[in-house]
Amino acid sequence: MNLRRIGTSLIAPAIGLFVSLAVTAVILVAIGASVSTVFSSMWNYGTSPRAMSLMLNLATIYFLSALAVSIGFKMNLFNIGVNGQYVLAALAAAVVASNLTLPKVASVSITIFVAMFVGAAWAGISAWLKVARGVSEVISTIMLNFIAIGIISYIIVRTPIGTETSLNIRGTKAIPETGMLRGIAFIDPGTQIYGFFFIAIFIGVAYWFLLNRTRFGFDLRATGKSATAARTSGVQSNRMIYVTMLLSGAVAGLVGLPYLLGDTGSYTLQFPTDWGFIGIAIALLGRNNPLGIALGAILWAFLDISSGQLVLEGVPREISTIMQGLIVIVVVISYEVVRRYQVKSEQTSVAKALAKQEASV
Amino acid sequence: MTYLKSRRFIGAAFTAITMLSITRTITGNGDLTSTVTIAQALVFASPIALAGLAGIWAERAGVINIGLEGMMILGTFGAGWAGWQWGVWAGVLAGVIFGAIGGLLLAVAAVTFGVDQIIAGTAINLLALGLTKFLAILLFTNAPGGGQAQSPPIKGEIPTFTVESIVEPLTSLHEKGIFFISDLAGILAGLFYNLSLLTIITFLLFVMTSYLLWKTAFGLRLRSAGENPWAADSLGVKVVQFKYAAVVFSGMLAGLGGAYLSIASTIYRNGNTAGRGYIGLATMIFGDWRPGGTAAGALMFGYIDTLRLIDTGNQNVKGLILLGAIILFAIGGIMLRRARRNSAVGFLILGSVMIGAYFSATSFPPEVAQVAPYITTLLVLATASQNLRPPAADGVPYRKGDHH
Repeated sequence: MNLRRIGTSLIAPAIGLFVSLAVTAVILVAIGASVSTVFSSMWNYGTSPRAMSLMLNLATIYFLSALAVSIGFKMNLFNIGVNGQYVLAALAAAVVASNLTLPKVASVSITIFVAMFVGAAWAGISAWLKVARGVSEVISTIMLNFIAIGIISYIIVRTPIGTETSLNIRGTKAIPETGMLRGIAFIDPGTQIYGFFFIAIFIGVAYWFLLNRTRFGFDLRATGKSATAARTSGVQSNRMIYVTMLLSGAVAGLVGLPYLLGDTGSYTLQFPTDWGFIGIAIALLGRNNPLGIALGAILWAFLDISSGQLVLEGVPREISTIMQGLIVIVVVISYEVVRRYQVKSEQTSVAKALAKQEASV
Repeated sequence: MTYLKSRRFIGAAFTAITMLSITRTITGNGDLTSTVTIAQALVFASPIALAGLAGIWAERAGVINIGLEGMMILGTFGAGWAGWQWGVWAGVLAGVIFGAIGGLLLAVAAVTFGVDQIIAGTAINLLALGLTKFLAILLFTNAPGGGQAQSPPIKGEIPTFTVESIVEPLTSLHEKGIFFISDLAGILAGLFYNLSLLTIITFLLFVMTSYLLWKTAFGLRLRSAGENPWAADSLGVKVVQFKYAAVVFSGMLAGLGGAYLSIASTIYRNGNTAGRGYIGLATMIFGDWRPGGTAAGALMFGYIDTLRLIDTGNQNVKGLILLGAIILFAIGGIMLRRARRNSAVGFLILGSVMIGAYFSATSFPPEVAQVAPYITTLLVLATASQNLRPPAADGVPYRKGDHH
């Protein structure tokens, strides 16, 4: 039974991958590129030590983002605001970290705390709007994303917090080396793997434990499955909304840190602002399961990185974005088809068993 | 009923103009109600309004359309590409068709396969973004006047109309600076100045939607698919067909909104939509899933955008702050009369803060205006969400024969 469940949960991603590769191949043929050259170029570059290191770094970011989204998903809350939560958190973290002169452990811990706090606070606004004012979190988080971007551009462009950075872009003052969390190079000698890679693994385990081994996790999943049933059995649904949104926001606050503390050391106007949406897609692919999310994040990062060399083949690297979009849409549809098939086969097997029983009576 | 409605509309317009007029008189900033401002606000508002209208169509049939952004992106691309090849009207058509393809994709995923609608919409946004960026590099990079991220200029122009006999006298009346009358004149003149045929089409689509969805049997059936599809099905309504029609038409409208954007900037550019699909969704909720309120929301976004972008001496944003304060005080007053003390106090405090800001600063950065529409939307939702009524089965996957 368990084996069968694992089997069926792997069918959908497999179909998704297959269909997306097939459609991509058709597109490549249509634009006159060689399918085998493109795919082998992606594979060869993507599996090189340097690309694998870059891939793990990017996957770390995506994993955290998807985890943040999926905490909400577990309770049927759509936290579309991970974008806004992580950019504000990263900015706050950059400002605090650049003003700290403490030993590394203390400095990084404080930075992480600040980021989680700011992320949670920004998500908390949506939670309050939902609980106290009945505003859908889908729309409030979208609005808060736009507001966060506005606040950030104000702070960096018009206040003394923003200065000219070494790259001629406005950004926060550089974080001293004691405040950074660089990482170690163990796949490719020239490329460090973010220290946050390990923190992300820890958070993934903590997420699994919290959801599957605690009373809180049980309540949360129960509320997600049936809010009314949970309420009747004594779960305070308003409190659950607050806690879930705050947790989701706190994890979202971490999304920008691997890059900030492992790479740039400054929040500039060129800091990426769309990792939250990627997190939504990966949470869907991974079915809100930490292991599935990790695989999804690695796949996503692999496509992003491995397409980097495609320019040499005369194919725009955006082909990887098309593949990602196709994978998501085909996978969600196949999950639904597989689920319907399961329900139907269960119904027929029950009906068969009943018919047998009746016949033997 | 119609009498009551038109009275309410005139009342709302009267109040809005009065508030604008008070603000204009205090600040002495004629730009706030000038002909050019209003004409430009219409241009900025129309794509958002079309996205909002697209949202109404889908959600009235019970399908949440987060994919509006992606469908708009497809529309901007279709218009840029076909407009460059065969002229501006081919661009409009291609924008609509590209948007319809996005809508069809959502319909297949959400209606036929019953996938969670927000998830399907998010996937469409991703796909549209990737596809257009990819095709832009492929088709526009080596084209004269094009680039990796933008198309060559769109050929031809959409006709615009300026009714001189109305605009000239009204504009000179506006410049006299008489309370209320000059502001009314400026606003009216703005409606007849450089008015694009696409804006007129947008307006007609709003009228058509109010009529079709609320005054015909077709509309009743379509809305019943969004309120209670099981009951509708039992009465013989072909729910799935209605949902398909509504979602595909929604995609067409969003695509038209995208085409409007590309045509207004004469090229397709990556990221030209800048989240307007989401903003359209917000105006739809702001407008309680109805055309009138949605249009009002879109006009608010367009107006604030205009003032921000034509701001020469940083005085427009200051004017907006005062306008915001006046509106907050007015709402606070209404709340007091309706004995909703807590809300009233909240509004009056916010209003006072803004008045304080107005008098303490000489100018405000444009970022304030950049976030103002979003904060306004949140405020509206926070105060009015109990009165808003989305379609009862909005977002609920429907399968014929399923029990509910």
